[in-house]
Amino acid sequence: MLTNPLTKNIGAEDAAPDLEAYRNNDGYRGWLRALKMPPEDLIDLVQKAGLRGRGGAGFNTGLKWSFVPKDRQAHPIRYLVCNADEMEPGTFKDRLLMERDPHLLLEGMAIAAHAIGATSAYIFIRGEYHLATQRLETAIAELNDAGLLAPETTGADQTLRIYLHRSSGNYICGEETALLNALEGKRAIPRAKPPYPQVSGLWGRPTVVNNVETLCNLPHLLLHGADWYRKLGHGEDAGTKLFGASGKVNNPGLWELPMGTTVREIIEQHAGGLKAGLTLRGFLPGGGSTDFLGPEHLDLPMDYDAIGKAGSRLGTGTITVLDEATCPVGLVLNLTRFFARESCGWCTPCRDGLPWVVEILQRIESGAGEIDDLELLRQHTSRMGPGNTFCALAPGAAEPIQSALKLFEQDFIDHIRGGSCPFH
Amino acid sequence: MEEQQLPEFHRIPVRQEGEAPQLSAEEINEIDEERSHYECDGAAGLEALRIVQRKRGWISDESLRAVSAYLGIAEAELEGLATYYQLLFRSPPGTEVIQLCKSSSCWILGCEQLQADIIEELGIGPGETSTDGIFTLLENPCLGACDRAPVLLMNGELHTHLSGEKLRALLAEKRRRHADQSTD
Ligand code: SF4
Ligand code: FES
Repeated sequence: MLTNPLTKNIGAEDAAPDLEAYRNNDGYRGWLRALKMPPEDLIDLVQKAGLRGRGGAGFNTGLKWSFVPKDRQAHPIRYLVCNADEMEPGTFKDRLLMERDPHLLLEGMAIAAHAIGATSAYIFIRGEYHLATQRLETAIAELNDAGLLAPETTGADQTLRIYLHRSSGNYICGEETALLNALEGKRAIPRAKPPYPQVSGLWGRPTVVNNVETLCNLPHLLLHGADWYRKLGHGEDAGTKLFGASGKVNNPGLWELPMGTTVREIIEQHAGGLKAGLTLRGFLPGGGSTDFLGPEHLDLPMDYDAIGKAGSRLGTGTITVLDEATCPVGLVLNLTRFFARESCGWCTPCRDGLPWVVEILQRIESGAGEIDDLELLRQHTSRMGPGNTFCALAPGAAEPIQSALKLFEQDFIDHIRGGSCPFH
Repeated sequence: MEEQQLPEFHRIPVRQEGEAPQLSAEEINEIDEERSHYECDGAAGLEALRIVQRKRGWISDESLRAVSAYLGIAEAELEGLATYYQLLFRSPPGTEVIQLCKSSSCWILGCEQLQADIIEELGIGPGETSTDGIFTLLENPCLGACDRAPVLLMNGELHTHLSGEKLRALLAEKRRRHADQSTD
């Protein structure tokens, strides 16, 4: 049985299968099967399979779809949006899927579009992803030329249109309501929720926003069924996932592994462990907006709930490894600078709090910090916590700071007491 | 009633007479194509700025006005977009735009040193353009190639596993190419 549905077409060579090659390898068969199903059954199947959003939030995909109003007459226009704005620090998974197997994403989009009744779909892609854009453009043109998306081939009522929108750049575009504003040609500022996009999204129409990797899970789920899909996972969660590791490891990279693979297996086996002479200090499990975990968490399975219970988030599943010779204060400063710069400026704890935190961290890193600064940092992270701001950027920014203050408190104190960075 | 004379500063000229900045036929084609992808014309404003920048390198006041006139979107609104998005330039960059990744994994693997090397080699800091007009340095968030860190984009081309040496060689090669072109 197939165990690597996400990467089965990805070879060593830096190339993407064209439409013919993709179809010769079961391509678009999952979609043709989906087209024969009533949308409700399709939604039900995906929900039962237990596919959870791979963008970081981990919400059940079928359940997300099910919030789209059923009444097609009352809501004739619906949209599907693929969130391809991969910009979370330390994350490099969607790029691979788009560059090396663009048709897998397009097939996944066609399936999702059928489920929610969308006839227009957008791929919101990072402006810096030039190669991925080019390969997707080619793949979309192939599909259109082959007439595959037209009613004559599919038996659907209307031709499905898939468009690419290149982002003009800003991390906040990855937040789904800010993304919708950007698609509408506005400044990318998050919207109030509710209403959720599934009810009122792009131009007020029911809209589903799904991450690239989430959508790439659909073709084989349809082809091989929900049971097969569930069993792919080793732990609580279903399916496989692209897990990665970067930092000072011997073999940084990205691998498709069962959900529930342990952190240890990823870092020690696949990434080849830390570089000679280095030991593991901690890690960010899934990008810059997740809490640091320590060596005691190496045996945790990479599952949404398991990582959540340990006090962090699975996030994007690409691990950033912190070694003993790298300054944790410096790393937190680097991350906070990023979030401060990317704040959309709407809420005070984020707009004003983040630059303030940067200032404090800079002070500590340069050796001019005071012991009271630690309390101040803690206050800031709690003010940026969930519920105090309009979107998840500020709570996300608080995660590496608050966890570093717990795990690496002594390093902060050493900076302050010693009057300089002990790593320099 | 006598017409009230407004003081001078109340009258803000929006556009000078006789001056009608133009978009090229090619730009118009591309903008129209993008416009057809959306339910609402307003969405085309952001796309139009991106298109104009691709053709002209940046978004000048004239370009902004031309887009405004063509799409009927207020200049102020377009200005709001152009200043919000990081990849839209309101001043002209050099011919080689260096987008250096400054995020976590690249930081762990030495992007600060690379930035120091660039400053030393080219005499420009982030957001600046070299006096010969060739290089512009931008600090960029994660480029999604963390497993090949440290990385940078040079005019859209990804350069990975950088070292000081590799970086200097890359800059020297670009310099040479520009010198060749100017003596042609
Ligand atoms: S939390 Fe930050 S990014 Fe999110 S809406 Fe508030 S200011 Fe904007
Ligand atoms: S941190 Fe530099 S590419 Fe991701």
